[in-house]
Amino acid sequence: MIPELGHFALACAVALAFAQGVVGIFGPSLRDARALYATPLLALSHFTAIGLAFLALVWSGVVSDFTVENIADFSSSAVPLLYRITGVWGNHDGSILLWCLILSLCGAAVAVAGGGLPASLRARVLGVLGLVSGGFLLFTLTVSNPFTRIWPPPLEGAGINPILQDPGLAFHPPVLYTGYVGFSVAFAFAIAALIEGRIDAAWGRWVRPWALISWCFLTGGIALGSWWSYYTLGWGGYWFWDPVENAALLPWLTGTALLHCAIVVEKRESLKAWTVLLAIATFSLSLSGTFLVRSGILNSVHSFAAAPDQGLFILALLGLTIGGSLLLFAIRAPVLAATGIYAPISRESALVLNNVFLCAIAAVVFTGTLYPPFANLLFGIQLSVGAPFFNQTVLPLTAPIILAMGVGPMLPWKRADLLPALHRLWLAGAAALLVFAVLTASRHVIAALGLAGGAWVVISALIDLFRRRFSTLSRSALGAALGHIGFGVTVLGIAGMTLAVQKVVVLQPGQSTTLGGYTWTLQDIHDAPGPNYTQRVADIVLSEDGAPFLTLHPSRRFFAAQKVITNDAAIHTNGFQDIYAVFADEPATGGAELRLNRHPMAPEIWFGGLIMALGGFVSLSDRRLRVGAPARRRKPEGAVA
Amino acid sequence: MSPLRRRLLFGIPLALAVAGGEAFYVILRRMQANNYDPHALPSPLLGKRPPSFSLPGIAGMQGFANTDLAAPPKPMLVNWFASWCVPCLQEAPMLAKLAAGGLTIWGIAYEDDPQALAQFLQQNGNPYQRLAADASGTTAINWGVYGVPETYFIDKTGIVRWRYAGALTDDVVARYLNPLLAKYS
Repeated sequence: MIPELGHFALACAVALAFAQGVVGIFGPSLRDARALYATPLLALSHFTAIGLAFLALVWSGVVSDFTVENIADFSSSAVPLLYRITGVWGNHDGSILLWCLILSLCGAAVAVAGGGLPASLRARVLGVLGLVSGGFLLFTLTVSNPFTRIWPPPLEGAGINPILQDPGLAFHPPVLYTGYVGFSVAFAFAIAALIEGRIDAAWGRWVRPWALISWCFLTGGIALGSWWSYYTLGWGGYWFWDPVENAALLPWLTGTALLHCAIVVEKRESLKAWTVLLAIATFSLSLSGTFLVRSGILNSVHSFAAAPDQGLFILALLGLTIGGSLLLFAIRAPVLAATGIYAPISRESALVLNNVFLCAIAAVVFTGTLYPPFANLLFGIQLSVGAPFFNQTVLPLTAPIILAMGVGPMLPWKRADLLPALHRLWLAGAAALLVFAVLTASRHVIAALGLAGGAWVVISALIDLFRRRFSTLSRSALGAALGHIGFGVTVLGIAGMTLAVQKVVVLQPGQSTTLGGYTWTLQDIHDAPGPNYTQRVADIVLSEDGAPFLTLHPSRRFFAAQKVITNDAAIHTNGFQDIYAVFADEPATGGAELRLNRHPMAPEIWFGGLIMALGGFVSLSDRRLRVGAPARRRKPEGAVA
Repeated sequence: MSPLRRRLLFGIPLALAVAGGEAFYVILRRMQANNYDPHALPSPLLGKRPPSFSLPGIAGMQGFANTDLAAPPKPMLVNWFASWCVPCLQEAPMLAKLAAGGLTIWGIAYEDDPQALAQFLQQNGNPYQRLAADASGTTAINWGVYGVPETYFIDKTGIVRWRYAGALTDDVVARYLNPLLAKYS
C-alpha cells in the first residue's frame, strides 16, 4: 500500500512540476497576477509530493518491504537501521529520486525565501526549475521507477553492497547532490534573466547566495567523498581522477569561477554574459556529471549499472535543458552590455584571471575525462587517461591561481597598484620562500612547491584579515578569507601527502618491521563479532625509540550474504599526520599481510575542505547577501514586513 | 566587436554542446547495437608474437610452446579457459562448432585441476587440437590475460591479430572472427 501511495505521489509531482514550469514561464508575459502567485504554491506542493514519495520509499526500506524490487535488491533485514535508510539512495533509482527531491527543495526554498524578488522574476525562476524537475521526474516515473514491485517477493533481500555500509556514505550523496542541484537555482536565475533580457547589480546580488550555498555543499560533498574513499578503499589514496570524481570537480571549478565573477556583476555591472554562461555551464556540468556516469559511457570504478535505453532518455533531457539554454544564450546574451570599466591591474582583473585559470583547469579535466570515449568513437583507438595526465596538466595551472589568490583580495576595484599590495604581502612571500628553501634542501621539489604555495595562500589571507581589522570586518570578507585559507590548507595537505611512506609486509604474530621512524609490531590476530559480518582483527603496536605509544586494530570483514570481504583500515590521526594500517590478507603461510602507511599532513586535505565550506556559510550569513535584502533598499523605510 | 561577430561568438557554446550531444548519441546508439564497448581494453599483444613460454600438456593432450605458434599452416585460435568458469561453459558449443568447421583451436587451461578439466572436456566436448596447462598463471600474466575465457587470433606468420575477452557468441564470430578469417587465410 505505502509504495503505491509513493508511486501515486510521484505521478502527482510530475504533473505539479510541469504546471509550475508552464505557469511560471508563460504567466509573467500574460501579465496575469494569478499566475505570479500560483507559481510559489505549485513549487511548494510539488516539493511536498516528492517528499511524500521519498518518505514512502524510505519507509519501505525501514520495514524491509521486499515486494519492492529496489529494496529487495539493495537491502536486507540484517542491515542496521541507519543503512536501511541510507541504502535507499545507495542505488541508481533511489539516488535519482533523492536528486529530484533536492531539486524540488531548491524550488521550495526560492518560493519561500524569494519574497523580496520581483514577482515576475521569481515566477520565471520557479518556472525554469519546474520544467527541469518535471523532465527528470518523468524519467524516474517511466524508466527508472524505484517503486516497481516484484512477485513473488523474496524472503530476504540481497543486502547492501558492504563497501557502502559506512557512515561516510550516509552523508556523502545527499551533501554532494545538494551541491550539484543547488546550482540549478543559479541556472534558473540565468535563464530567467535571459528571458527578461536584463541583468544588473541586483541580479548579481540575488544569484550569489544561491550559488554560494550550493558551492558550500559541493565542496563539503567532494571532501566527504574523498575522505570516504581514503578510509574505506584501504589503499590510502584520496583522489583518483576517476570520471565520477572529475564529474564532481568540474562543476566545482566552474562554480568557484561563478562565485567570483558574480561579485563583479554585483559591484561593477561587468562580465554579465560570462556570468550567465558560467551559471549555465555549472548546472549543465552538474547534470551531465550526475547522469552520463550512469549511462555506462564513462569507464568508472563507481558502478552504477544502467542500461543504454535509460541513457538515451537522459541524453534527450540533457539535450533539451543544456541545448535549449545555450540556444537562448546565443540569441539573447549579445544584447547584455557591460557598463563597468576597469584597468588591467585591479580587483576585476584579478577576478578575471581567476576565472581564466579555473576554466582552463575545467577544460583540461573535461578533455581528459571525455577523450577516451571520443577517441574510441572517432579513431577507433582504446586508451585510458589517468592520473599522470591530470597531475601534469592541472598542477601547472593551479600555480598561477595560488599566486593570484594572495594578491587579489588586496587590490581595490577599478584601478590598483601592484606594488603596495605586494609590499603588504612580504611576510607571506618570505614564509613561502623559507618553506621552499627548507624542503628543497631535502630534495622534495613538488612537496616544497606545494607547501610553499599553501603557506603563501594561508598567510596572505591572514594578513588581509588583520589589515581590514576585525572590528570593521564584514562577514562576507571574513568568509572569503576563510575560503582562501581553507584552499591553502588543502594545498598543504596535498603537498604533504607527496611525502607519504608506505610498506607492504607479511608479519607473523610477534614479528615487527620499521617504517617512517616507528617500529610496527603485529601482536595478535583474532576474531571479533559484527552485526551482519564477522571479522578478523590484527592488533598492531607502534613504538618509537622502544616506547609503545599506539595500538591499531585494522580488520578484515566477511559479509556472508554477499560473500564479500572488505578491509577496514585503522587510522590514527593527530591532526597533522595519519598513521594508517590495513589488514590486507591472511596468506596461506600464516600471519598477516599488512599495508602500513605514514601520511604527513593528510588530515589537512579534508580539514581545508571543511574550512572552505565554513567560509562559504560565514559569507552567507552576511546581512547584505541575504535573499530579499535588496528589497529593503528599494522600498521606503518601514515598508518591509 | 561587430554585432555579427558577437553573435557568432555567443553561439560557440551551443555549437560545442550540440557536437558533444551528437557524439554521445552515436555512442549510446552503438552501445545499444552492441558494437561499441566503452569498457574494452586493448591487448598489448596485438601485432606482436606471444611472449616466450613452454607449457606442459594436460588431460592426456600435448602441450605447446611459443615456438609452436611461430608459423601455423593456417590462421588459428588460442583459447584461454578453465573448467571452473561459467562463461567458458557457455562458450563450449561455439568452440565445438568452429572446430567442426575446420578451424584450428589450441587451448590453455588457466589455473585448473587436471581431474576437473578432464571431466569438463568429457561433458562439453573437446574442440582443442592441443591443450596446455598454465597451472601457475604466469604465462597468463605475460600474455596480459585478464580473465577467462579469452581468445586470441594468430595469423600464418604467428602474429596476434585479435583478442576477445569474454565468451565467443554467434554475434562475435560473425562480426569479428569471420572477417579476420577471410582476411588472413
